[in-house]
Amino acid sequence: MSKRGLLACAIALALAAVAPLAITSPAYQNMLIVALMLAQLGVAWNILGGYAGQVSLGHAAFFGIGAYTSTLLLMHFGLSPWLGMLAGGALAVAFALVIGWPCFRLKGHYFAIATIAVAEILQVVFTNWDFVGGAVGLTVPMRDTGLAAFVFNSKLPYYYISLALLLLTLAASRAIETSYLGHYFRAIKDEPDAARSLGIDLTRYKLIAIAASSFFTACGGTLYAQKELFVDPGSVMATSLSVKIALVTILGGVGSLIGPVIGAGILTAIEESTRQIFGGSGRGTDLILYGFIIVVVAVYYPQGVVGGIRAWLARRRSPPAPGVERAA
Amino acid sequence: MTGEILLQTLLSGILIGLVYALVAVGLTMIFGVMDIVNFAHGEFLMFGMYASFWLFSLYALDPLFTLPLTALMLFALGAAVYHVVIRRIIDAPMLSQIFTTFGLMILFRGVAQFLWKPDFRSVENSLVSGSVTLGSLHFGLPQIVAGAGAILATGAIWWFLNRTRLGAALEATAADREAAQLMGIPSQRMFMLAWGIGAACAGIAGSLLSTFIPVFPEVGANFVLTAFVVVALGGFGSVTGAFLAGIIVGVVEVLGGLFWPQYKLALVLVLYLLVVLWRPQGLLGRA
Repeated sequence: MSKRGLLACAIALALAAVAPLAITSPAYQNMLIVALMLAQLGVAWNILGGYAGQVSLGHAAFFGIGAYTSTLLLMHFGLSPWLGMLAGGALAVAFALVIGWPCFRLKGHYFAIATIAVAEILQVVFTNWDFVGGAVGLTVPMRDTGLAAFVFNSKLPYYYISLALLLLTLAASRAIETSYLGHYFRAIKDEPDAARSLGIDLTRYKLIAIAASSFFTACGGTLYAQKELFVDPGSVMATSLSVKIALVTILGGVGSLIGPVIGAGILTAIEESTRQIFGGSGRGTDLILYGFIIVVVAVYYPQGVVGGIRAWLARRRSPPAPGVERAA
Repeated sequence: MTGEILLQTLLSGILIGLVYALVAVGLTMIFGVMDIVNFAHGEFLMFGMYASFWLFSLYALDPLFTLPLTALMLFALGAAVYHVVIRRIIDAPMLSQIFTTFGLMILFRGVAQFLWKPDFRSVENSLVSGSVTLGSLHFGLPQIVAGAGAILATGAIWWFLNRTRLGAALEATAADREAAQLMGIPSQRMFMLAWGIGAACAGIAGSLLSTFIPVFPEVGANFVLTAFVVVALGGFGSVTGAFLAGIIVGVVEVLGGLFWPQYKLALVLVLYLLVVLWRPQGLLGRA
């Protein structure tokens, strides 16, 4: 990373660390937490969807597994949610591998629709399974508050835990991006046939990508459960959540490390301002704006905000000669 | 007695399956011609239902009579969506294509909610209300008419594709866009035609469904998932395949619903996974 890049990271980190001290309204603090959580999920999704190019529209399944596993372990065995988070991550990885092994044979649309199908099936199963609370859901037991119990009375600790989890996920994502895995993933995404002809076992590396991606998504699920202290299939396993996770990445920049973080910031700002301007979601104006932005970004900025800025910078530095195609 | 229940369920499944087939024919046509999966297809169906509903409640025109008008309106909407949006993403990466139609889906639901509120609305006492009794079997007249209407519409599409010059041009574009272009078939116009017909199929299905299913902004959600399953089972791009697959999916759903009503949708989705994993080309798809 360049000196400039390091400096930018340090400034961003310092701003993130003091932000909740400057913004004291619990409603706005909550908004920041939601944005951080969404950013973390986007970064995790990006490992599979961005680097390896496997578009999942079913990541809510992993999120839900994380949320339910830690909650059930806490309810029945009094296990600390911190350990529950690891257990949820492990279970999500196991589920991802079992699903991924057959489904990675599918290409493009077939794979994307299969991920919707898997997540929807899981949601139906959880909605009708009494042990996990069925459609009603589960209330996370609150025996104690504090760091050990992973339950807090104020928003601040949740903010810093969300930030820490985001940084951890970013670190893992960067480690993957810069290692040989990153090169393999990109090869699988851009030139699958060439990658195979060079002896890369496509399924094996796609499985590595989905394992990393699902693990961190499930960790986000546990964080959600401990923050809301309530989980139900409609909120932690919904396809709309899967779409949102993928969307922040598309919006920010697919396959870019920082893209999902920017996307999550923009999306949260858009959602909050439409809520305030149009008041509530009863009239669907938020959906209209949301849908419109998705279409515009998908059609005109397929590389997201980060890609758009990069192209703009590149053009400023060296104006393209006439007839040269603009770099996307 | 149980035999009668099974027969009754089987026939009900076939009737609703015929409507699923019509929805899927529209989807498979768009996919076959230009390799784009339209996630907003359920919203075309939703607009078709609303068109029938409003023409009925404002002007007392029965959905059966306004069906051609609904089909025309949806044809225009589909062609417009192609012209304004889809035209720009024909050669875009798959991710952009998926999210473009996904965005349209959310946008259309928002528009419906904005214009008509999230309430459930239904067509009461249409021409086709009531039921028919055949021996000990009972069928709703709306379902029978919907099934028959769906057969006619699907048949018309089949006839168009296989017996007319324009249909042949469309098939040629689906088979090999560049070769068809060299033969003087304008691809852009064919794509627009596919979107128009695709949307009209969903609109006709919506019109037929409006006599027995209430309409609300999210009504398309489950239909589009079912349509994906039908299209995959029939083979992406195959109209005859979609027709047979629609009936199979309808029967699976209704029979499954008899035993495990809460798992109806899950069963259909399991069917999708089984099909794409074990026979990716579908029943009648090109391997």
